Amino acid sequence: MILNMGPQHPSTHGVLRVLLEIDGETVVRLMPDIGFLHTGIEKTCEAKFYQQVVPLTDRIDYLCPMTNNLCYVLAVEKLLGLEIPPKAQWLRVLLNEMTRINSHLVWLGTHAMDIGAMTVFLYCFREREEILKMFEMVSGQRMMTSYFRVGGIALEPPLGFFDRVRDFAGYFPEKVDEYENLLTGNPIWGMRTKGVARITAEDAIALGATGPTLRGSGVDIDLRRDMPYSSYEKFQFKVPVSQAGDVFARYMCRVQELRESIGIVRQALDGMPEGPIKADAPHVVLPDREKMKTQMESLIYHFKIITEGFAVPAGEVYQAVESPRGEMGYYIVSDGTAKPYRVHMRSACFANLQTLAKMCEGRLLADVVAAIGSIDIVLGEIDR
Amino acid sequence: MPLSPVITDVEQLKSHPAVACLTGWNAGAVEGVKFDREEMTIFVERGSIREACALLKEDAACPFNFLSDITCVDWYPAEPRFEVVYHLLSIPKKERVRLKVRLNSASPVIESLTSLWPGANYFEREVFDLFGIRFTGHPYLRRILMPEDWEGYPLRKDYPVEGYR
Repeated sequence: MILNMGPQHPSTHGVLRVLLEIDGETVVRLMPDIGFLHTGIEKTCEAKFYQQVVPLTDRIDYLCPMTNNLCYVLAVEKLLGLEIPPKAQWLRVLLNEMTRINSHLVWLGTHAMDIGAMTVFLYCFREREEILKMFEMVSGQRMMTSYFRVGGIALEPPLGFFDRVRDFAGYFPEKVDEYENLLTGNPIWGMRTKGVARITAEDAIALGATGPTLRGSGVDIDLRRDMPYSSYEKFQFKVPVSQAGDVFARYMCRVQELRESIGIVRQALDGMPEGPIKADAPHVVLPDREKMKTQMESLIYHFKIITEGFAVPAGEVYQAVESPRGEMGYYIVSDGTAKPYRVHMRSACFANLQTLAKMCEGRLLADVVAAIGSIDIVLGEIDR
Repeated sequence: MPLSPVITDVEQLKSHPAVACLTGWNAGAVEGVKFDREEMTIFVERGSIREACALLKEDAACPFNFLSDITCVDWYPAEPRFEVVYHLLSIPKKERVRLKVRLNSASPVIESLTSLWPGANYFEREVFDLFGIRFTGHPYLRRILMPEDWEGYPLRKDYPVEGYR
């Protein structure tokens, strides 16, 4: 029998259609059907100035906007050969880890709800709300932050922001304990996740899986540690790896990442350097408002950047960062003009989704829901 | 951090494991190399891409065992028009390399990598869908993001941004 799951199914986390060929309760063949949210963002980027692409990058993955902002601006900065001041780099790290926590909280809440643990959802969204409020403080937006700029970040964080983050970092580990009390030792949770949707390390690598989906199968790779960017080499953190390769292993990886991330946030707060938040590159970075209104030179630069953008030397770069879902990569080709010639987004979920068939075929229908939750997909990022 | 000049001389770049591996195997298959912004690009001859990837995947010194990404760039109206771009990653050695194959507009056809990495499946379908590059040996080469009955290839440069009206 052919069963159609989605495109409007509550546990597909977006508009995903999964075609299932089933024999009784057993899945014989599984085929994801994607593309419902395709908006042609890569094509749109080609018609925008480099700076105008930043807001588009939020919109591909609405759960980790800062990670996408970061990856894009790092790629453009690499093309330009810009040096970013330490304070901007540390702020970027801090906000990125907050984004990771935000994304993992949504994942944990919805994943648990799919499997039937309703309470966790409310707990997770309580803390997520606090993070979104902090995002609103720095960027004026809760979800589509667009806070990073080529050459630095948009504005100094407002007064009281760091205190609020410190406060959050203080009580958050207890909240993770709360989630774990609800789930980790829970026998029902164990039965729904342990040994379910297993995938081996070889299969995961061959299918292009990254992030917790790969680390849950025992492959120890994390781009933050192994190919550091934005000063990650100056932070101490562990990379959680589980060996079992099942839903529970991936759950453990992500929950431990929550703890590691809050550790990085604390380190970033304690060691936050002083200094400027924008690179010294007047032809790329918009001048301060004050200067723009009082100095002719700055006014000219401001006018030029806004009206005709900034030219980027011809070349190409591939910049990858460790997003909450895995390797998020931007491949940008410049032809020397003020608009990118080609922007390609290597989406982690797009590749991770391919593991779903391997995980589910030959297993029970009810496990498909657990498997989809465990690879943590965001359809906006898959379809772009 | 000013940009350092681009290096395109094969001899100077032989120390990179991927360049050493491919030139040692068949120097004719390597059409050129480029080292720019700390990133290595190797231009591979069209017919050799699958074998080159198989070789890099099994390389003893530095196995590029992970296929990060496949994409394409359209250089319309120049010829050869398309560049298919492969990004490989070596998980044990934390090394990246970019392979490029140039295709002309008359026959945008290239061998599929799905036999090496099953994960190439979606990436190749995406390139087929948006650029119209055909991959021989692909198990299921159908549109993936666009509707099945869509006409044209949206990411080609001669396709208008707002679409055909």
